[in-house]
Amino acid sequence: MRGARSAKWVASAIVVALAATACGGGDDDNGDNGSDGAAAGNPDGIVRIDGGEPQNPLVPANTNEALGGLVIDNLFSKLLDFDDEGQIFMVAAESVEPNEDNTVWTVTLKEGWTFHDGTDVTAESYVNAWNWAANISNNQANSFWFADIAGYADVHPEEGDPTAEEMSGLQVVDERTFTIELTEAVTYYDYKLGYSVFTPLPESFYEDPEAFGESPVGNGPYSFVSWTHGESIELERYDEYAGEDAAQNGGIHIRAYDNPEAAYTDLQTGNLDIIRQVAPRDLPLYQQDLGEDRTVAQPYNGIQTIVPVWYNWEDTPPEVLQGISMAIDRETITQTVLNGSRTPADSFAPPGVFGYQEGASGDITTYDPERARQLVEENGGVPGDRIAIQYNADAAHQEWVEAVCNNIIDALDIECVGDPKVDFDTDLEAREANEVQSMYRGGWLADYPLNVNFLKELYASYAQTNYGRFDSPEVDELFAEGDRAGSLEETVAAYQEAEQVLWEQMPAIPLWYQNVNAGWGPNVDNVRFDSAGVPVLSEVTVSE
Amino acid sequence: MGRYVVRRLLQMIPVFIGSTFIIFMMMYALPGDPVRALWGERAPDEAQMAAMRRDLGLDDPILVQYWNYITGLVQGDFGTQIRSRREVIDVISEALPATLRLTALAFLITAVVGISLGLLAGLRAGKKTDRGILFVSLLLISVPVFVIGYLYQTYFGIKWGWISPTVRDSENWGELLLPALALASLSLAYVTRLTRTSIVENRRADYMRTARAKGLPQQRVIGTHLLRNSLIPVVTFLGVDLGNLMAGAIVTEGIFNINGIGRAVYTALNAREGATVVGIVSFIIVVYLVVALLVDLLYAVLDPRIRYA
Repeated sequence: MRGARSAKWVASAIVVALAATACGGGDDDNGDNGSDGAAAGNPDGIVRIDGGEPQNPLVPANTNEALGGLVIDNLFSKLLDFDDEGQIFMVAAESVEPNEDNTVWTVTLKEGWTFHDGTDVTAESYVNAWNWAANISNNQANSFWFADIAGYADVHPEEGDPTAEEMSGLQVVDERTFTIELTEAVTYYDYKLGYSVFTPLPESFYEDPEAFGESPVGNGPYSFVSWTHGESIELERYDEYAGEDAAQNGGIHIRAYDNPEAAYTDLQTGNLDIIRQVAPRDLPLYQQDLGEDRTVAQPYNGIQTIVPVWYNWEDTPPEVLQGISMAIDRETITQTVLNGSRTPADSFAPPGVFGYQEGASGDITTYDPERARQLVEENGGVPGDRIAIQYNADAAHQEWVEAVCNNIIDALDIECVGDPKVDFDTDLEAREANEVQSMYRGGWLADYPLNVNFLKELYASYAQTNYGRFDSPEVDELFAEGDRAGSLEETVAAYQEAEQVLWEQMPAIPLWYQNVNAGWGPNVDNVRFDSAGVPVLSEVTVSE
Repeated sequence: MGRYVVRRLLQMIPVFIGSTFIIFMMMYALPGDPVRALWGERAPDEAQMAAMRRDLGLDDPILVQYWNYITGLVQGDFGTQIRSRREVIDVISEALPATLRLTALAFLITAVVGISLGLLAGLRAGKKTDRGILFVSLLLISVPVFVIGYLYQTYFGIKWGWISPTVRDSENWGELLLPALALASLSLAYVTRLTRTSIVENRRADYMRTARAKGLPQQRVIGTHLLRNSLIPVVTFLGVDLGNLMAGAIVTEGIFNINGIGRAVYTALNAREGATVVGIVSFIIVVYLVVALLVDLLYAVLDPRIRYA
């Protein structure tokens, strides 16, 4: 039979082709999907939350994005953390104290802490972890966090191989105490220590860092169970946890979503408990859908600005920029175009930050089209009578950029257009190469909740992230004064003074603070988001 | 026939090398640097960036990089991801089963439902059934896949609660049914139209009259004579469509949250993970090539007039 013979050839062609490409689709083992508890008010209930595939191996020194951060934050406890006003409280540390001139900081650890593999957390666990992370040979993206520590240049030279294995600034005093010597005084160094890169690693890490990245062992309220790549990560409560923020539920099940709409759908049908950020599509209705008491809309420590690039604006008086700022109706745009997903800004630093001054802008952020026009016209107008706002088109920015432009066109009668770049990388490339036409969309999330972080990193003339190339000796001097100050309060005050000068010089036009727009289902209670916009999962209780 | 298959398989090699080369170059030409992207908005650590580039071999000229990549590929080494430092082959083999399952199910639905509806419409040409099927298939052709996907999800998944609106376990065929249905909708409608036309045309063919005149049972007349001859254009379409289904799965996977090739290639593209993108696209190319070969061979099965020497 011809038919049968031909069919045989078809079959052999499949076999040959598959063998040639050697593509065997290996089945992945799914852990059990059972995540439903039994009794009401179940202390062992699992919290199911939306997340995604962490971009890096799960090592604190390599995690600098939110999806990996969600896992690291729950697996590791930091030395200290911050409340909603940006004030410090201790977590794993008993105390973190500076010496008189703020150059040497002494960390004393709390007693009784263990890693999830049962070994003790000691001063060495910290010192060794930091030395490893700072070493340039280990290719950790967060290594620059250790740059303040004396001896960093030896393990992380500008060029060539490291000349030492350890930073001379880190000294173990005893089992629970170590000191950090800085290259120069930093009055707020304890704020930096609140970043998750300053966490300890167990001895087992150094045997096989790669395996650790797939199956991390931390010191936090949850221990690691499994990671099914692209699908889910499971954590369970660590029962030997010595800290005060012990988990009130049995564990966390982080499910990967690549679009927030699908996560919202699962939340509505009870297949998910918490969604960290509602998609723009669902923002208008989510409070009705879920009920007011199961949603939250609150600002967190992130700000959005539009930044004039000074290589194109240097001859323009700052009053013009004040005028442009007044032409923008922040209240209406945040409520309508952005559906309440932002809060109008009145300062260069968001409210959850220590040193935030309410109403620091005076009336510069108040919508006043007439005064705006007056200010712009009296001071010579906008360069070329044209503003272009550069943004990355791979995130939801187009709508608000257009709204801001419409405000500017209406009030000032000049040209204003959006200048979309394909994605964030391309956007950054243009900024780094000084090729921005007029203004770019600036954004900043707090590394630590202190006004210094929102001012020095963005507007100091020497700051690397100052892509607007703003250069003011007066501001630099005030920053330097803050850095020389003898105490945290003096530093903060000096920076507050600098902020007032910024409002006169307008290195950027603050628009709004980012909001958390989150929702949760009837199966969980006590859901709270901190000032970094991150859910406090250890406090969540599960009813079933 | 055997020599024909071998020749076709050999022809795949230059096509494969050429296409990987083009994709590799395109990835290289894209703006944005994967190592720079590790720092996001922050200013990068120049020393660390240089060290990473050196370790990853990104310092080499592009042709050397391609040579390293392709020689690795021949030895079964798909390379390593820059960010996650995972083997690309692991990433692909984790994402592939879900997409294959989804595509297979969608293909099955397309073929079975499409051909059945087409046959039905063709046999009842001009009657109410035919017009009903015409209406439904035109509707499916005119609505984009993502609209259909969201509609199915909203009604079957959320409003009526018949079926899970997203896929939580990609090994569960029941959960895959909804996305497969959405994915299959468009092709299904095409197959219906195509089959119907073909059937209507062949119904009046001479061999049909002969078959009836011989007194063959109706089932045999339709099954062996009418359908088999009418399927030739449909098979061509189905072959091309298998590749289209894999590509279309990218949209469907997003809507229904399936951990498949679509998500993998999308995230890799955003992160400028060249090795991953080239690996996945090369795989899809191989699928296209193999399916094209199979379709050509199937012609011989369906139509005795075609022979491959």
